[in-house]
Amino acid sequence: MEVPILKQGEVLIATFQAALSDADLNLLRMGLVQQVVKFRSRAVIVDVTAMDVMDSFASRTLREIAHMIRLRGAETVIVGIQPEVAFAMVQLGLTLEGVATALDLEEGLAYLIQKFKNID
Amino acid sequence: MSKRENTSKDSLGPSEAPSELLRELVAHLRQNRTQLREEWVVRITETRLLTAMTKEEIFAEATSVYDSYVEALETEAFEALQAYARNLSERIIPRGVETHEVVGIVLLLRDVLARSLFAKYQTDFKKLNRILDAYEPAANRIANTVAVGFVQERERVIRQQQEAIRELSTPVLQVRERLLILPIIGVIDPQRARQLTEQLLRGIRTNRAKVVVIDITGVAAMDVTVANHLVQTVEASRLLGATVIVTGLSPEIAQTLVTIGVDLGKMNTVGDLQGGIEQAERLLGYKVVTLAEPR
Repeated sequence: MEVPILKQGEVLIATFQAALSDADLNLLRMGLVQQVVKFRSRAVIVDVTAMDVMDSFASRTLREIAHMIRLRGAETVIVGIQPEVAFAMVQLGLTLEGVATALDLEEGLAYLIQKFKNID
Repeated sequence: MSKRENTSKDSLGPSEAPSELLRELVAHLRQNRTQLREEWVVRITETRLLTAMTKEEIFAEATSVYDSYVEALETEAFEALQAYARNLSERIIPRGVETHEVVGIVLLLRDVLARSLFAKYQTDFKKLNRILDAYEPAANRIANTVAVGFVQERERVIRQQQEAIRELSTPVLQVRERLLILPIIGVIDPQRARQLTEQLLRGIRTNRAKVVVIDITGVAAMDVTVANHLVQTVEASRLLGATVIVTGLSPEIAQTLVTIGVDLGKMNTVGDLQGGIEQAERLLGYKVVTLAEPR
């Protein structure tokens, strides 16, 4: 299943679909980093609004994506985690530590704009 | 029908079937209704039961209980009796009537009716025995049914109140744009903690909150399970993009958190609610300025 990746200026937006297999996640990990390199993006927003479950593999993949993208000097923000998913995640100890999060796409963009303003 | 076998072994005279005996005693109880009921009410007053009710109220309830009692003896419809008992309880529990009073008056009625049977059949001991064989199991079942009905009603009321308390005491309040306050008061058990978390997360999404102040000044103590729930609430809120500030930790709770090894670097805490709100405002970019002297 292809994950659509849109470019919005210096930000890439990847929108996860509801059911992503482990293979999809692996492809996505490489794909996103390649896109960051290609477009010299400063940030990636991963929108998981459509995900109604988040297992440990998906959670670990997200963290790895964020780490790899940081090695390219770019920021990752995970947005759209649903309340029920968030609750289930913390009960399993999946806290996405070290990765920025925001309520939704709008908040994620606002966060990045603020951050870039402070840096530049 | 009465399930007791007729245990009298002598065959002097025809043995009535238990159902016939039951009909006979029910007829007797109906005929002497006024007098027996009066006797019962006197006994109730003598034993100082139902002191929360007036004489008129006792009389009114006694009438309906008496009739239901006799009807239950006759029809053996115990479900109907239990429903009646629950209904009666719903009326009298708010008046402050206790379980021992209800059981007490039913047993008194049983005794009053039994005595009247002794009086009626005192010349025919064998018949008296057969009548009691029919009466006693039914009467005991009635006492049991009423008591159980009463207790069930009390338990229902308690569950209802618990639910109401739970709902009342977890408000998620928006005090500024993007700022929520969750004041927690009282005892938190794991179930309430879970409910709090779910309510908070939904509130964060609905109000698009960026900062939440959870105030636990009103919480005296917290066990390790609930402390873990609190930490999870903070972490889950972060996943929704909200920062949590916890205020009002008592020394005991602070000790619990340290004991379970909470990374306090991860938990944002401030002494009191006022301080928490002030910090939240700073985080959100608010500044509070005094414009004029208070009037």
